[in-house]
Amino acid sequence: MDTSVEVAGLRLDHAVINGSGTFDAIAARRAFGDALLDEFPFSMFVSKTITPQARAGNAPPRIFETPAGMINSIGLPNKGLAGFLDQDLPELAGLPVPLCVSVMATSHGEFARLVEAVAARDEVAALELNISCPNVESGLIVGEQAPETLSLLQTVRPITTKPLIVKLTPNVADPAIIARAAEEGGADGISLINTLKATAFAPGTLGPWLGAGRGGLSGPAIRPVAVEQVRSVAASVTIPVIGMGGIESGEDALEFLAAGAAAVAVGTATFRDPLAGARVRDELEAAVSARGFASMADIEGRISAWTST
Amino acid sequence: MTPIAGSERASDDRVLAPPGRRLCEVTENLATGGYRIFSVLDEAGPQPRAGQFYMLAAADGWGQRTGRPYLPRAFAVAEAHAEEDGVRVDFLADDVGPGTERLATLRDGEGLWVTGPLGRPFSHPRELGADIAGAILVGGGIGLATLAILRRELADRGVPVRTLLGFRDRKHSGGVEELFGCCEVRLASEDGHVGHHGYVTELLAVLLEGDSARSAAVYACGPPLMLEAVRALCVERDVGCELAMEAPMACGFGACFGCAVPLAAGGYMRLCTDGPVVNAAEIETALVPGSGH
Repeated sequence: MDTSVEVAGLRLDHAVINGSGTFDAIAARRAFGDALLDEFPFSMFVSKTITPQARAGNAPPRIFETPAGMINSIGLPNKGLAGFLDQDLPELAGLPVPLCVSVMATSHGEFARLVEAVAARDEVAALELNISCPNVESGLIVGEQAPETLSLLQTVRPITTKPLIVKLTPNVADPAIIARAAEEGGADGISLINTLKATAFAPGTLGPWLGAGRGGLSGPAIRPVAVEQVRSVAASVTIPVIGMGGIESGEDALEFLAAGAAAVAVGTATFRDPLAGARVRDELEAAVSARGFASMADIEGRISAWTST
Repeated sequence: MTPIAGSERASDDRVLAPPGRRLCEVTENLATGGYRIFSVLDEAGPQPRAGQFYMLAAADGWGQRTGRPYLPRAFAVAEAHAEEDGVRVDFLADDVGPGTERLATLRDGEGLWVTGPLGRPFSHPRELGADIAGAILVGGGIGLATLAILRRELADRGVPVRTLLGFRDRKHSGGVEELFGCCEVRLASEDGHVGHHGYVTELLAVLLEGDSARSAAVYACGPPLMLEAVRALCVERDVGCELAMEAPMACGFGACFGCAVPLAAGGYMRLCTDGPVVNAAEIETALVPGSGH
């Protein structure tokens, strides 16, 4: 069957990509060698978020296991724009799938500089805007405010014709409002959900376990929340939605497609099995065939009535 | 500007893992002191190097009642032998939490999800100093596992090895017979039930006062406080030293960035890909918050 999907103007071989920051293709190649490229689990590779300057990341501990999930407070360690372009981009260009680069900055001007520099590179097929960050000029979290989201898109949209995918935070009352602002600003796609705000206490001290105090929850624990947010957003915008949040199986992925997603991302499940994405891809194809659909596009047509109610 | 990746060692002869996890069969699970030694038959994986580790999760009973454990657990290799139908890999476990509790109760024939071998192995002594020909192994507790395979690997390469092992008490001295019964070791115990009454690092300090400081490299694996004492002793004396460390780790292959260890030069390394064997001089401390938990 035809497993391909179209997302934000990109034709992808299948519907499963990675969540940003949950798969480091360069580190994975160091562990598994070139065999990884033959069995590459994702139809597009989304990079870990890069910022204008290098960041070391948060003090440890950075992770805490929860029932059916985990809390992380990694703190966006990355080499910065220059380090990414010099060292990582040439390696990522060798992957057998299109590359989407996730970017984040704390002002519209810095965001624009990142988008301009990254989009100019031929190796980059698309950009994801991580908007779960404060705008230092307004003091507001961009992704929590529709006007901030709209004005950011109005700043960066004219810079490139490459697809811009906006990664939403789930930590808002109504993500559909933010999604509509992104669409109005010219976004080509929406991805959600990012992690849910969470914390955990160390039993001994009853102080925070994480070095940074607080973090974000991911894994199957958040899946029902993610499905509802994806459903709500997909029903509110006309641009494609990439759904994610606790996907562990093909049936889980199908649920997101039924909720209106055009593609899905696997994140925390990859920590349990480096090739979880490949398994989800295969199981999804089987689950779709078993229900009598001829293609992924076929599903999209049939469920639209449900998502709009 | 802070560096974010750990230093890349010139020689890094890690054995690569097959991509993805694979289901292996548990072939044995024995009590030893307060610990368990369990073995799996890995039909599809390579022979690991000393210092490398695997991510392990029981095929059944993993997160089914309480949702924990959810993530796999990192385990250093205690020994690995090629057999007719695969590599038999031995691990040493202490029952300290929801993951290790389940692994400690694995029975023969049960399935175990395995990813590995992962991480960077120990260096040859000559890579730690031009004049270094011998090795001093220092360890205790569950850290015995890593030192057992290292001792054998060094002996196979003709490197003279001295081994110093320390324990809190009898309950925490599991694995000595099974893993080091073959060879001469010097023991220390905090409760004095065996060997030197005190810390194993006191035995190390005495050795380093002699000519060993220039002719032998130190390799250590054990509780964070022991590793930190070894690190400080060796860095102070400019003795070549590698530590096999642990840190909270979700994935084991560089994806989650959870296992951050602070570098002496500032910033962090990812212990899973830049370690778990680290040069004592490259890290700021072996006391990483969250490790030993």
